[in-house]
Amino acid sequence: MADSTASTGSTVEPILEVTGLVKHYPLTQGILFKKQVGAVKAVDGVDFTLNRGETLGIVGESGCGKSTVAKMLVNLERPTEGSIKFKGEDISKMSGRALKAARRNIQMVFQDPYTSLNPRMTVGDIIGEPYEIHPEVAPKGDRRKRVQDLLDVVGLNPEYINRYPHQFSGGQRQRIGIARGLALRPEVIVADEPVSALDVSVQAQVINLLDRLQDEFDLSYVFIAHDLSIVRHISDRVGVMYLGRIVEIGRDEEIYDHPTHPYTQALLSAVPVPDPDAREHRERIILAGDVPSPTNIPSGCRFRTRCWKAQERCSLEVPLLAVPAEFRLATGPAAHDSACHFAEEKTVVPQDATPAEPTDDLDQGAE
Amino acid sequence: MLLEVRDLHVEFRTRDGIAKAVNGVNYSVDEGETLAVLGESGSGKSVTAQAVMGILDVPPGKITGGEILFRGKDLLKFKEEERRKVRGAEMAMIFQDALSSLNPVLSVGDQLGEMFIVHRGMSRKDARTKAVELMDRVRIPGAAQRVRDYPHQFSGGMRQRIMIAMALALEPALIIADEPTTALDVTVQAQVMDLLAELQRELNMGLILITHDLGVVADVADKIAVMYAGRIVESAPVHDIYKAPAHPYTKGLLDSIPRLDQKGQELYAIKGLPPNLMHIPPGCAFNPRCPMAQDVCRTDEPPLFAVDEHRGSACHFWRECLNG
Amino acid sequence: MSEPQDPREAIAATGTGGAMDLALSEATSLSVPPDGRSEGQGEDEKARSLWSDAWHELRRNPVFIVSALLIAFLVVISIWPSLIASGNPLSCDLAKSQEGPASGHPFGFDTQGCDVYTRTVHGARASVTVGVCATLGVALLGSVLGGLAGFYGGWWDALLSRVTDIFFGIPVLLGGLVFLSVVTSTTIWPVVGFIVLLGWPQVARIARGAVLTAKQNDYVQAARALGAGNGRMLLRHVAPNAVAPVIVVATIALGTYISLEATLSFLGVGLRPPTVSWGIDISAAAQHIRSAPHMLLWPAGALSLTVLAFIMLGDAVRDALDPKLR
Repeated sequence: MADSTASTGSTVEPILEVTGLVKHYPLTQGILFKKQVGAVKAVDGVDFTLNRGETLGIVGESGCGKSTVAKMLVNLERPTEGSIKFKGEDISKMSGRALKAARRNIQMVFQDPYTSLNPRMTVGDIIGEPYEIHPEVAPKGDRRKRVQDLLDVVGLNPEYINRYPHQFSGGQRQRIGIARGLALRPEVIVADEPVSALDVSVQAQVINLLDRLQDEFDLSYVFIAHDLSIVRHISDRVGVMYLGRIVEIGRDEEIYDHPTHPYTQALLSAVPVPDPDAREHRERIILAGDVPSPTNIPSGCRFRTRCWKAQERCSLEVPLLAVPAEFRLATGPAAHDSACHFAEEKTVVPQDATPAEPTDDLDQGAE
Repeated sequence: MLLEVRDLHVEFRTRDGIAKAVNGVNYSVDEGETLAVLGESGSGKSVTAQAVMGILDVPPGKITGGEILFRGKDLLKFKEEERRKVRGAEMAMIFQDALSSLNPVLSVGDQLGEMFIVHRGMSRKDARTKAVELMDRVRIPGAAQRVRDYPHQFSGGMRQRIMIAMALALEPALIIADEPTTALDVTVQAQVMDLLAELQRELNMGLILITHDLGVVADVADKIAVMYAGRIVESAPVHDIYKAPAHPYTKGLLDSIPRLDQKGQELYAIKGLPPNLMHIPPGCAFNPRCPMAQDVCRTDEPPLFAVDEHRGSACHFWRECLNG
Repeated sequence: MSEPQDPREAIAATGTGGAMDLALSEATSLSVPPDGRSEGQGEDEKARSLWSDAWHELRRNPVFIVSALLIAFLVVISIWPSLIASGNPLSCDLAKSQEGPASGHPFGFDTQGCDVYTRTVHGARASVTVGVCATLGVALLGSVLGGLAGFYGGWWDALLSRVTDIFFGIPVLLGGLVFLSVVTSTTIWPVVGFIVLLGWPQVARIARGAVLTAKQNDYVQAARALGAGNGRMLLRHVAPNAVAPVIVVATIALGTYISLEATLSFLGVGLRPPTVSWGIDISAAAQHIRSAPHMLLWPAGALSLTVLAFIMLGDAVRDALDPKLR
């Protein structure tokens, strides 16, 4: 549950350890003999860990690479470089039977409930397919019962086992997708925007379900989304991605209440809060310009082209994702990893209807 | 009153039956005012807007009742010719997906210029100059060079601005924005909404914002109309609704959204699903999902009760709801 | 969404969609889930697969009913022509050459003195058999080649595209005249073979496109993430979802293949006597159209009716399987 502490013990090894993850898609020219002329650097050096029982949220806007990270975690894409260690074993380099066995440990829940279920298969077949692919997990006679149990666990009537996906609503389909993900009893579930395509009133149902399942099945989640409010609700720790790298990572209070990276601050200030009184008191940081193309990443700090604090050092030196110098001796919530040379704490999320603390003047709306 | 929709009814004839998309909707917008129409899929919010604009797909859709008064005149009684003059020149619409609303084979300058050529009879050269002016106004950098570019060469946020530019070209009195930022990233969303608000102030336009995002509404709206199953279930000034909703559906929505500034408790989830528009439950359409439903809710459709002079709620038990 | 897009993608993204679809889907999206009842309530709504939905659709379509009855009739008499025509199509009496209708011979006689009615009825067999066999061959060959190319992509795909381009460039009738004129066999198989040879690229192209589309769906990725191999992904997930357009094209093509056979036979390079074919009869009767029109009318009419029946069937099938209306 969201309010529990991250790890069960500091000496326990993290269940997932991602180091130096890179995914570059080559751009080629030519019809018969292709020549590489550049690369789309979708993911350009990502490191994080996931502890058992924890939920790590990864947020970012489109093009930041979070979906690509998700695909690499479940081996739908091979990293160009880097490693993904599940309980110490690097799964990104596996193939054949070892890979197939490893797949049982990490499963994915997809974003679009309308395309993530095969419309020609019954719900029972869809949820039962994992058992067909991995017959060692469940003996044949047992399978139907297991599928019905899974349907029950996700809140659907087990009698619907012979129905087809199009007979269900979006929220129900997403539950079916979750049931499928649970069939092999994985330890890690990667949820790639699991509620973005659902109606607001249904989102809460699915989020509550995911919360409950985490406790019941002792799952660890990597929760990928662009909706910051939802991520906060369900995550223990949050990583913010920009243009292929993580720019800030820490516990949820650290990120949401004490962000130190300017991109995080801008992102948080842009999220509309359902409180009309906040509108007068809120400080809006409007970023200049557009996200650079991932084929042409700025030198040094990749955020500098839109950052109001950018200085010469930012174009020369790539900032490391580490506790910034300013906070190294402090112990407060601002002392978390942040990839900025000039990291500075700033509260942008309205705590309640009181005015935000006075801060330095900012250029707003400069385009 | 700039726009007044009265008792509008719209149906869709499908192979499987008649879907009642809009069932007696009333709302109004004045100049300089922003009305947010809030609802989920199937609530009828987009269909209402299309009926107002006159771009409803007429078979299978059909307006079966009501009036749409623009500056006092009923648009539904206008001939198509006249309607077309109003559309574009006096009221304009911005859609959710700029990519499919802009013609991919015409340059942006051509599309913007077309507004002036058709409605104002300008020459192509003048229209092109106007197009660049418009692009500047919506803050597209390097407008003079980019006027010849095609829609796919712009980013999502830029395309949305171009749509806004097209909508504003003839300085209409009313703009209808149908989920204008749903497909955009949050930082881009902020830019676009800011732009819209600024231009609205400048031109003193009325704005109807159709959305499902309670956060966006809180930021920009003056008043809100909440729709469910083709009816308005609550209407109120924006501050009132967030503080103390008077309809269980609104309350449920507010309770079910995770908030950026709060954390961790289980979210309230409205049980059940939105109704099938071909079989709307009798009485109050929300009754199968309502935690406060009683017998009267299953038989009597509640009218819009007046909570006070500015607020209405279509719930038999609005008082109980208001008092929490 | 904030990345500038490829122009092809941009054009593909515009459909008839946008606001109109939004409105209609807003109104009718709820014909999809069980209506208005909260989740978990038991239901007497039965499981309905997409195929059974399509079948229900089909059954209600008058075009389908008419064409299906007609085709059923044609198939029956092509297997048992003696049900309605008792004579022998090859027993001819030159003395009766070009005579009009007489008792027992409602369609009259052709130039050779053969009974037109009997020949017309027996001609159904050739046409229907060639049509069905050619279609099956085209469908099989085309789906396999096109499907594999679409699924594996890369090299195979490039190769297949070039090969289909080459085949598309061959003019059908000219090719038929050239290739079939050297054939001496009197069976239907050279004709069937030729049609398959020239017809498979059309289906291959459709199959490739359908497979490419189906492949992009998340459920294929989901299967992969579960550990499914290529075989399972192709057969269980991609193929069933890519087969509908192929069925539609094949059914419509059937009609055109029957017409093609008749044309080739008309030109003298298709079926040869003693095989009875409408094309042959039309060819023989063509010059006498003024003096003895009945010789041409009946086989030509039968041919047109048959082609029409199959094309109507194809239309009805396409309407039933059209994803937009699903």
